[in-house]
Amino acid sequence: MSESLADELSDDAIVLRAEAQDWREAVRFAGDALTAAGSTTDEYTAEMIRAIEELGPYIVIAPSIALAHSRPSPAVKSTGVSWVTLAKPIEFGHASNDPVRLVVGLAAVDHDSHLATMSNLAGVLSGDLDRLLEATSPEELRALIRENTQ
Amino acid sequence: MKIVAVCGMGIGTSVLLKMNAEKVLRTLGVEAEVEAADIGVARGMARDAQIVLTSDDLAPEIGEVSAKVIIIDNFFDLEEITTKLKAALPE
Repeated sequence: MSESLADELSDDAIVLRAEAQDWREAVRFAGDALTAAGSTTDEYTAEMIRAIEELGPYIVIAPSIALAHSRPSPAVKSTGVSWVTLAKPIEFGHASNDPVRLVVGLAAVDHDSHLATMSNLAGVLSGDLDRLLEATSPEELRALIRENTQ
Repeated sequence: MKIVAVCGMGIGTSVLLKMNAEKVLRTLGVEAEVEAADIGVARGMARDAQIVLTSDDLAPEIGEVSAKVIIIDNFFDLEEITTKLKAALPE
């Protein structure tokens, strides 16, 4: 996996202004994008949804941001990230960080291979989220991410 | 000192929490080892840790441990992590 989140996000892995009606559909967008990018199978999407059903909406890690993921499994073909912005903010049931406007999908083949991307992601998401959410094309989004990458 | 960052799967949120906790500890000048763990192994790892960092939803799953359990609401808010870690660090 490359070090740069922007390089990691192919056009297939990006969905802008997705029309999701509820959190399951929002997570499914993130899972479908991972599958479209060749990183996972559909089973991983089901695993991500199951994880939230079992453990609660803890994946809403900051205001407006959900990090949808499951664990390394046969449903993960390669480590990858997807980026889904929501046309309409969605309630995940989190006590303080709802509603969600961005779902980042994450798949990892093990516990270490994605650490550089995670570090990049942490840096980018700590920045100006509103600007990132305003991106209207994958090109523009990648440019903004590069700008925010130290 | 040992700190454990706990999430459901051990690859996503706990990793972000670990990275930001390490950033905060560096700024505070505190020597500590931060490990990321999933909820399945967290109880065992928390046995010899002083502090457990996790989210609101997962805190009850950790159960009774001797370590101080700190709940972080915004994983990117270094100020929140700093304030809560400072309060939990031994003098």
